[in-house]
Amino acid sequence: MTSQEALFNYSLRLGDTSIILAQRLCEWTGHGPFLEEDLALTNIALDIFGRGKALLEYAAKVEGKGRTEDDLAFFRTDREFFNTLITELPNGDYAKTIIRQAMIDCFDLAFYTALANSKDETLAGIAAKSIKEITYHKRHSFSWVNRFGNGTEESFNRLQQGLDEIWAFTGELFEMNETDEILIKEGIAVDLNLLKADWEKEINQLLTKANLVIPETLFMQKGSRKGLHTEHLSYILAEMQSLPRMHPNAKW
Amino acid sequence: MHLVNLSVLSALVVSLKTKENIYSLLSEIPDPEIPVISIVELGVIRDVKFSNNKTIEVTITPTYSGCPAMKQMEDDVKKKLTDNGFENVKINTVYNPAWTTDWLSEDAKLKLQKYGIAPPEESTSDKSFLTGKTKNITCPRCKSTNTYLVSQFGSTACKALYKCNDCLEAFDYFKCI
Repeated sequence: MTSQEALFNYSLRLGDTSIILAQRLCEWTGHGPFLEEDLALTNIALDIFGRGKALLEYAAKVEGKGRTEDDLAFFRTDREFFNTLITELPNGDYAKTIIRQAMIDCFDLAFYTALANSKDETLAGIAAKSIKEITYHKRHSFSWVNRFGNGTEESFNRLQQGLDEIWAFTGELFEMNETDEILIKEGIAVDLNLLKADWEKEINQLLTKANLVIPETLFMQKGSRKGLHTEHLSYILAEMQSLPRMHPNAKW
Repeated sequence: MHLVNLSVLSALVVSLKTKENIYSLLSEIPDPEIPVISIVELGVIRDVKFSNNKTIEVTITPTYSGCPAMKQMEDDVKKKLTDNGFENVKINTVYNPAWTTDWLSEDAKLKLQKYGIAPPEESTSDKSFLTGKTKNITCPRCKSTNTYLVSQFGSTACKALYKCNDCLEAFDYFKCI
């Protein structure tokens, strides 16, 4: 793998992760538990979408084959997507959406803070831009985990169930492959091993405060780094891509 | 020798004048979502460069990564400059340095307040925005500081939603980033 290929893969992976998560969160538009939360989650989705667009734009530029960010988003199949599996999981109820978001926000804030020091100027710029936004996202998701966990029996149970359903997908956040190895040597990528201990510590504190128990499983689901996904991704893409695939040159 | 210096100097004066001219044209473009302030006052115009009087490169930066008004701003900049005789207008988007509310001028903050949007009340450099401990936000209508945060996320990405305990009106707060 050349450096250029690695940089393309890396930008693509980060872009896909952002785009698919944003697409998922957007499903809450008009369905939020109340108006303020509806606005909050769609605002968060918009930030994440903007980041994804910038990352895919960069991936297309690095690839240098004349594809655009739209080509990458709309004309690839599920096996060609590299988003982390946790982002494609169905939203479930609001508690599940929130606990997943807390896991991701906690990871993303540490990750993009580190990526802001990347030797690649474009990635560093996009990352620096994201830090302040993710700070708001994290405050939002963490505060709701706390409220649900210490709320009623119903809110606690739903939160715990959400955690049980997503926990096995958190390990993959830290998985690395040849792409990471090449780019870490060049000072471009973030060494995910360095983020893991802090993430675990912070998530443990959050979960303890919300009275939650981490499920007893050693199994962590992986696959997205190789383009292997849950069945859920195909349905997201079917919805997301249907219009441009039916009308490839549509403009508005 | 003197002649060369003079010609360089006069070229510089001409280009400075043109740059000033371009900035004043751009100052006429309102923010698409908050029309009382211009895109120059908002701080999204980061640089203006030109190779001659006909070709211009305008560098802009988004307020938020996903700001849906960016495309509108690009189109507005292109239209304003081409309408005023500048051809080949190129828009260049940068993310670094990241936009911050610290770039809003005092004048712009006053305009926001008159428009009914509470302006950012703190500098991002004091880091209080990171901990979530915001100062008391002043109601833009009755000027009371007896207000509370309803949601960190408001009608657009750059605003939070507050409510005033005294006049009971809900209002937007331009949050600090």
